[in-house]
Amino acid sequence: MPVWDWNYAFDILPDLLLALVTTIEITLLGSVVALLLGLVFAVLRRLRIPVLDQVLWAFVEVVRSTPLLVQVFFLFFVLPQFGVTLSAFVVGVVGLGVHYATYTSEVYRAGIDAIPKGQWEACTALSLPRLRVWTGVILPQAVPRVLPALGNYVISMFKEVPLLLAIGVVEVVNEARELGSLTFRYTEPYTIAGLLFLLLSYPASMLVRRLERRRVTA
Amino acid sequence: MENLPQIVGVLSDGIPETVIATLGGVLLTIVLSVAAGLLLLSPSRTVRGVTRVYVEGFRGTSEVVQLFWIYFVLPVLVGFQLLPLFAGIVVLGLNHGAYGAEIVRGAVRSVPRAQYEGAIALSLSPAQRMRRVILPQAFVEMLPPFNNLFIQLLKSSAILALITVPEVTRQAREVLIPNFGADTLLIFGVTFVIYLVLAALITLVMRLLERVASARLGRRPSRAARAAARAAGPTGTEGVAA
Repeated sequence: MPVWDWNYAFDILPDLLLALVTTIEITLLGSVVALLLGLVFAVLRRLRIPVLDQVLWAFVEVVRSTPLLVQVFFLFFVLPQFGVTLSAFVVGVVGLGVHYATYTSEVYRAGIDAIPKGQWEACTALSLPRLRVWTGVILPQAVPRVLPALGNYVISMFKEVPLLLAIGVVEVVNEARELGSLTFRYTEPYTIAGLLFLLLSYPASMLVRRLERRRVTA
Repeated sequence: MENLPQIVGVLSDGIPETVIATLGGVLLTIVLSVAAGLLLLSPSRTVRGVTRVYVEGFRGTSEVVQLFWIYFVLPVLVGFQLLPLFAGIVVLGLNHGAYGAEIVRGAVRSVPRAQYEGAIALSLSPAQRMRRVILPQAFVEMLPPFNNLFIQLLKSSAILALITVPEVTRQAREVLIPNFGADTLLIFGVTFVIYLVLAALITLVMRLLERVASARLGRRPSRAARAAARAAGPTGTEGVAA
């Protein structure tokens, strides 16, 4: 038997591509959660509301310092005991989203901290309402300059989706495993799965790098 | 709550595996990061190109795929299978080494040009220049991002559960969940605490190193570097707010 069987490789490609769609769906939905929730975290922490601030800090530290896999298991096994049963797909989206929200919140924070003090003072001088200060002055300046860093995290999320095979989500690697178990040939499925990741994430990271360079020179 | 001692006991049994995997991974990461990081700065195009393939290959694919590839596919190709823990250490090291290479490269390049010129003016050999002038300064810059990277590695070690390494996460999932199904909150609560403590230990050691390394240069550790590393994370090696 040859080490690499092209016929087999082409046979399984459609199934793997179909599973890749699931991977991308989870990545995109998870990114929406991460990008929005991270912004909420960053703004809330900036407001320094007593108690809430400490709670948020502790939450972010715990989520950042513990494995995503354990958090996914937590959502999958603990929540049903409190009457919340989520499908594996939703657990994946929420788990990835919340985990990465703690990263993006740091990114947003760095962006907000980089806004010159004069901008805040000008807002006060113009007596802009609180909401306008954020939506009209601070965030429009802070968010664009952290876009490359946020892009990097979206790419990282994409690469972490295969973790969800531990709770039975059929994404690319899980599909590869199932295909392999039918024929006992694992070389083609896993190699193709790896190449699919590289094929998508490498161009994406080049794009982010270009964005980064443009920011630096601009 | 009455099952707490047993739960803690079973999870503790996994701690040595998690610690060995993490330490092994960290050691391999350091070696690969320094080697690949310096090779990325080599004047030879070929050397840089080959190193780039390693770095981008491991940064561009999923760690789970890498793990499965080395554990399930490699045996078919070479004829022998690695022990699960060993395969895990290899993957953790190869993967994080690729990220670390960028950290090393960035830190070496961040040393001011005048330092090179000064070393040349003092007619230090290239090796002396690296060892006595450039690396000690680059080392301090590397520590905060490496702190992040090592915590990332500790967290990644949980995926070794997928190839039957009996580390903390696998103990929780495979031993405790089937037997103490009513205590899931407790099980994962304790698991979180274990990882938090291990992560805190890593940070403690790295801060200590940072203090020592800075003192040797006659500097104080900078808060700004740590904040930037935190926001940039292990994936983004460039600063966020440029």
